Amino acid sequence: MSAITAQEPGLAPARRARPGGLGLRWIAWRLVLGVLVVLAASVIIFLATTALPTNPAQAILGKQATPDAVARLTASLGLDRPIADQYLSWLGGVLQGDFGTSLASRRPVAEQLGPALENSLVLLLLTALIAIPASVLLGAVTALRRDGFFDRATLLVSLGLTAVPEFVIGMLLVILFATLVFPVLPAVALIPAGANPLGYPRELALPVLTLVLAVVPYLYRLVRNTMIDVLDSEYVTMARLKGMPARIVLLRHALPNAMIPVTQASAVILSYLLGGIVVVEYVFRYPGLGTLLTEAIGNRDIPVIQATALVLATGVVLFNLAADVLTVALTPKLRTGGRR
Amino acid sequence: MSATLQPVATVAPRRFGGPLAGAWSHPVTRVGAVLTLAVLVLSLVGPALAPHATTDFVGPPFSPPIEGAPLGTDYLGRDVLTGVLNGGRSLLWMAFASTALGVGAGVLLGMVAGYARGLLDDVIMRCLDVLYAFPYIVLVLLFVSLLGSPAWLIVLLVAIGWVPGVARTTRGITLEVCTREFVEAAEVLGTPRRTILRREVLPNLTTPLLVEFALRLTWAVGVIAGLSFLGYGVQPPASDWGLMINENRNGLAVNPWGVLAPIGCIAAFAIGTNLLADGIGRTLAGTDRAVGRP
Repeated sequence: MSAITAQEPGLAPARRARPGGLGLRWIAWRLVLGVLVVLAASVIIFLATTALPTNPAQAILGKQATPDAVARLTASLGLDRPIADQYLSWLGGVLQGDFGTSLASRRPVAEQLGPALENSLVLLLLTALIAIPASVLLGAVTALRRDGFFDRATLLVSLGLTAVPEFVIGMLLVILFATLVFPVLPAVALIPAGANPLGYPRELALPVLTLVLAVVPYLYRLVRNTMIDVLDSEYVTMARLKGMPARIVLLRHALPNAMIPVTQASAVILSYLLGGIVVVEYVFRYPGLGTLLTEAIGNRDIPVIQATALVLATGVVLFNLAADVLTVALTPKLRTGGRR
Repeated sequence: MSATLQPVATVAPRRFGGPLAGAWSHPVTRVGAVLTLAVLVLSLVGPALAPHATTDFVGPPFSPPIEGAPLGTDYLGRDVLTGVLNGGRSLLWMAFASTALGVGAGVLLGMVAGYARGLLDDVIMRCLDVLYAFPYIVLVLLFVSLLGSPAWLIVLLVAIGWVPGVARTTRGITLEVCTREFVEAAEVLGTPRRTILRREVLPNLTTPLLVEFALRLTWAVGVIAGLSFLGYGVQPPASDWGLMINENRNGLAVNPWGVLAPIGCIAAFAIGTNLLADGIGRTLAGTDRAVGRP
């Protein structure tokens, strides 16, 4: 967003010259940037994991293996080749959906990656489905009752919630609803491998609630501030003056305009949550990408670490890209090339 | 606009110390300062007040408050109070160091980019775009978990994460400040660029940068405490609030203090710095940054 607002009129006149250019050019730059970032991330992930002191061949064969056997397996895994070679063949495999074989389970990494990705997406989408409508409602109410008691109280609570890290929110929910105060929900989300997490609503409740509480304060504030701007605008005053009922002013004029920043922010929030779920999944032992990553790190299971980190990184970039495209699509000035 | 209608309200505090005096008049700022200072003092003098050594066993594991251990014992039977008093230093110095480093570098890059404009500006900002788009948390986690999590690495990685955002904010304000007459006057007088940046531009950045610093501090506490909660930060037997929460959560039903006390400290500090950011930010028109995420 700020890349657009930074190009104020007068500061960079040359860039605004071509009609139809600004929005599309910006998207094109973002797309190139996205591909570059994913590639750079894949290099960093690969280098970080191959810099590990443990030899994967040794890890597979165990401590009793003869040096001869280790050397043979090292050669057959291709670990004696130059790093650049290893990286390219890994990347080639990834592009064809082949993430290698897990060192711990000896099964293809893709078999573990698929279900974990599905579970994490269920968590993310449920969070979005609850958090976005809740934020719009809360934002609309606090904007209409601006500076009232409810608005101030909500602001204070949200200042607290955004300050506190997600795992602390999660642990507080465990204390409240799973152990000490009202022990009604399970503290850990023990969902069997391969099962659809939607069949386990009680297990899903606390992880989803944690993520919702982590993002609603941010989203609702955005809705509130946009709504206030819209409610103060001339066209809303006009609509009121011509006698339009307050409810219709709100539904037809104020809310649709307030939805624009929320749509962009929701995509950004999803990309942020992809990082956040690692810790939240760990708190609840929820079987998603985060748990897969932390367990693989514990086992030094290099192919799984590489694959999970790459999927998470790509997801972050994709959601950010979605936010950029939505920004241009929803802003008429950018869509039509910045003409006034 | 409203300033012309209420000259008394806006001019009076400015005479005594500028926008910070204005910020202090908000109760939110005061509560934030008290919370932040309280946790800082606790973690600084705490080790001297601790009733036991951090590795002393004072009772059976997870025993509720007993004599000699007012908050009970942890998963190994060590005193929880001693752990809490000792467990703040690592988190807080890492949070302060990484924030200072990241905000410092971001300000420098942002000021240079905003003042130079042209090619240098483009190069700096496009490079930071790449950094900004990076799936940052995933990579921090990966590095720290694989490379054995020495403190300097965590500080460095968190600091790098703050650079692009701070640089953008700084650049925006620098662009605006540079169009003002006093900067033009200094240029006409032939003042060297470095001096202009230091004497004319930097003072105008003070308040927004304070907000930025307090916010990043809040987020740094979250990231660093989260890392040690996952087991990738300070290693046992050292005391650390994030680590304590993870170690003691299995005994939550027996002795909740092992989790509640470190949670309370982390929350108090994070909320304190966030309220400070909000309070100072209110003196800046149109700022509502404290409700946000990194």
